[in-house]
Amino acid sequence: MIRVNNLHVYYGLIEAVKGIDFKVQEGQIVSLIGSNGAGKTSTLEALLNSVKKTGEVNFSGYDTINHKTHTLVQRGFSLVPEGRRVFINLTVEDNLRMGAFNNDENYERLKDAMYELFPRIKEKRLQMAGTLSGGEQQMLAISRALMSEPKLLMLDEPSLGLAPKIVGEVFETIAKLKKEGITILLVEQNAFVALKISDYAYVLENGKIVMQGVSKDMIGNDEIRKKYLGG
Amino acid sequence: MLMDSLEFIQQMINGFSLGSMYALIAIGYTMVYGVLRLINFAHGDIMMVGAFLGYFGMAVLGLPFVAATFLAVVGSSLLGMLTDKIAYKPLRNAPKISLLITAIGISFFLENTFNVFFGGTPRPFNVPEYMEYIINVGGIIFSVASLIVPIVTLLLLAIILWVLYKTKYGMAIRALAFDVNTVNLMGIDANRIIMLVFGMGSALAAIGGIFWAVNYPSVEPMMGVLIGLKAFAAAVVGGIGSVGGAVIGGFIIGFTEVVVVAFLPEYSGYKDAFAFVLLILVLLFKPTGILGINFDKSRF
Repeated sequence: MIRVNNLHVYYGLIEAVKGIDFKVQEGQIVSLIGSNGAGKTSTLEALLNSVKKTGEVNFSGYDTINHKTHTLVQRGFSLVPEGRRVFINLTVEDNLRMGAFNNDENYERLKDAMYELFPRIKEKRLQMAGTLSGGEQQMLAISRALMSEPKLLMLDEPSLGLAPKIVGEVFETIAKLKKEGITILLVEQNAFVALKISDYAYVLENGKIVMQGVSKDMIGNDEIRKKYLGG
Repeated sequence: MLMDSLEFIQQMINGFSLGSMYALIAIGYTMVYGVLRLINFAHGDIMMVGAFLGYFGMAVLGLPFVAATFLAVVGSSLLGMLTDKIAYKPLRNAPKISLLITAIGISFFLENTFNVFFGGTPRPFNVPEYMEYIINVGGIIFSVASLIVPIVTLLLLAIILWVLYKTKYGMAIRALAFDVNTVNLMGIDANRIIMLVFGMGSALAAIGGIFWAVNYPSVEPMMGVLIGLKAFAAAVVGGIGSVGGAVIGGFIIGFTEVVVVAFLPEYSGYKDAFAFVLLILVLLFKPTGILGINFDKSRF
């Protein structure tokens, strides 16, 4: 689905990502884990061409390097950004409408599907998105990203700032989306929840991949346990 | 006493008509500010170009009034979008002050280009006869134009609000005012939405310019300066970033001017100053304007 080779990301003079390779196969959940500042968000931004970068990104057989963010989204990428970034001055329903900007014909059908997936946002569909709780905003951000029927859904720190119970709910939904055939690239600081639902995982540290493997095995790995799972 | 209330109604009609024109132009300032945080100082001159296009449409091409207005609207929209494309778009990531200086540059450029090619002498604007038709209702005298102007304004306002709140493009404009990067994440080309804002604002300015030319039947290259500044004051008084606020601000300034001239004739020489007195008062006491928009939160 997506193959990344020798990716470097720069912010001015700072090199945030220092030559990483990874791939996501169709139908899988792949997670990028690592502590704050490891380069996880930069990697996602690089995939969407919103930062300065070098390297190769191949998405379903075509090179994405020269495309702008909005064209890449039209081609099947979709990102749930860090901090949700719902449009707080638009209603819940209008947020979904924005997600389906280039997908008019399927808007009604997808909207109903999202309300089925997250009944809680249906109840509040005419409220301003800014009035929702953090968990509800995360659900809305995920639904909004799905409205374009992406081939690859990328989630940036979906657990950030959410109560543990809500984190569980959100991750159950992510697992459900995989069952429906959506390919997912998950970026998380919360290594435990990420490893539990993903098929394969990469560990980022200071802009480099320091470890990778099947997620199930990683949970059992001693080094991972010590560093990222709190013993 | 009867004369007084007649006089009052008469002046209210005049104020409503004048306020409508300021409102039409102020909407363009406020919408561009919403998406770019730019006070587009060339906006008044876009209005001037609109009025000129209307003039040329009738005087040179011999078009009827409505067709000339259509030409002005289309021409001004294209000009507004063109200025965005060639002047503002390359500066998307530049400091806001660069954008502001560019806007002033475009303003000077348009004024002086028209001055060079068409001269500074006011040209008479052919107002269609039906617009000048005078109606007398129980002693209140007004022209058809002063009735048409507010009606068209309110109609256009309804259309703008419908676009902003009910269409996906309008939602994108409102979303953009809040978060450009996330708009791009929706697969929307934010630059095209910004261009649309310039197109819409310029179209309204052109209609405002035509109405202006109908009321003061002449056009000249510098006509956009003072009107533009007053419409800008209207946008700030109403709460810049808010379309409803721009309309309220436009009416306030229109009414103030009319009231000053009608009821305080000894101050009528200062009528142009009142818009700016209001502007200063608002900036001193309620910088967010009447509709009090908080720029960290919502817009429109």
